[in-house]
Amino acid sequence: MKSGKVVAGAEEAIAGVQDGMTFCFGGFGLCGIPENSIAALRNSGVKNLTCVSNNAGVDGFGLGLLLERGQIRKMVSSYVGENELFERLYLEGKLEVEFTPQGTLAEKLRAGGAGIPAFFTPTGVGTKVAEGKEVREFSGRKYVLENSIRADYAFVKAWKGDKFGNLVFRKTSRNFNPVAAMSGKVTVVEVEHLVEIGEIEPDQVHLPGVFVQRIFQGRDYEKRIENLTVSP
Amino acid sequence: MKVLTRDQIAKRIAEEVEDGFVVNLGIGIPTLVANYIPKNFFVMFQSENGLLGLGPFPKKDEVDCDLINAGKQTVTAVAGASYFSSADSFAMIRGGHVDLTVLGAMEVDQQGSIANWMVPGKLIKGMGGAMDLVAGAKRVIVAMQHRDKAGNSKILEKCTLPLTGERCIQKVVTDMAVLEVTREGFLLKEFAPGLTVEDVKTATAAPLRIDPHVKEMNV
Repeated sequence: MKSGKVVAGAEEAIAGVQDGMTFCFGGFGLCGIPENSIAALRNSGVKNLTCVSNNAGVDGFGLGLLLERGQIRKMVSSYVGENELFERLYLEGKLEVEFTPQGTLAEKLRAGGAGIPAFFTPTGVGTKVAEGKEVREFSGRKYVLENSIRADYAFVKAWKGDKFGNLVFRKTSRNFNPVAAMSGKVTVVEVEHLVEIGEIEPDQVHLPGVFVQRIFQGRDYEKRIENLTVSP
Repeated sequence: MKVLTRDQIAKRIAEEVEDGFVVNLGIGIPTLVANYIPKNFFVMFQSENGLLGLGPFPKKDEVDCDLINAGKQTVTAVAGASYFSSADSFAMIRGGHVDLTVLGAMEVDQQGSIANWMVPGKLIKGMGGAMDLVAGAKRVIVAMQHRDKAGNSKILEKCTLPLTGERCIQKVVTDMAVLEVTREGFLLKEFAPGLTVEDVKTATAAPLRIDPHVKEMNV
């Protein structure tokens, strides 16, 4: 059965990436990040990137790997507090950051993939986030106009996927992954379990394969825990 | 002057949680509120990274790297929980489906505005989901110390720091008092045990109206 989407691994999956592109990444903190694709992007040396990702990884892992090599020019994120290298690059003026409220970021990606170029949201009205943007009143309340995002490439991690790209996520590793997938002109998905078409019940699909261009069986997952907290 | 502990602030805020509420708790004192919800209440805690039905921290052998809260801590999910994408999570939050959010603040003011994400000249970590939460939750309660470490009031006529949201908070619970935000500014409803109305007034850098039924906090 031919779907044409399955590739052998991360190296093949990132084919076509170029300097100066906008990339979007799934994940929240280190949970549900596309580890294999990030490693391949680091090895490719692609640079001058705009990276749209809720967070920026930690030192030596996640997007921290691309920061280390100076591959990222600009981050679009809601929270970046876990990364010392990020702080240094930012303070030295080597990294541009566009802070975006988390819900606005998710909606920018969803809308971008849904054919909606901009939307009005109540989030950020009266704050720095709204500076220079149109504010309009609906039913007596103010809303700010936010542009949506289409990424040249989106890098996504799912728990299970079939060869058409139908995806199933696991627990809170879903997070930004479905909306990242929607926003990508080319969406690259890595999965822990690549299965045959028909093995995922249609009712169980979290993201239909139409949003996916390339899919591969990921390997050597570290799935690092950022903040291990246990009860006695 | 003896002020409330973080746990006492949390305990007082728990009184604001009604049976059946969906609640999002911020990091710090707000997180402690979950410990003081009556056992017979059905309350669902929302975590904006994509979980409705946040449970306690896992036992060592229950730890799952795919199951975390918005503070990136490992957690569990309760019976009846659900997982969803960030877009659905903020549809809940922005769409007014979350009954209450409790979060910390650096400053609040008498218009009900809040500043808690950025100090000019200092490194900015980002607003995370805070701007969406204060703009979208049905009720916003601030949990914080009344004064900063230098002893200055964090309760102001007008916030000086960049805002997280304007005219969005309804109540402030501090280590000294419970204040309601009204159209006429702050209304003192309760003061901490051992303090007086005058103590609270002195510690507050905004005009304070005193509720005729002002009373001691029950903590």
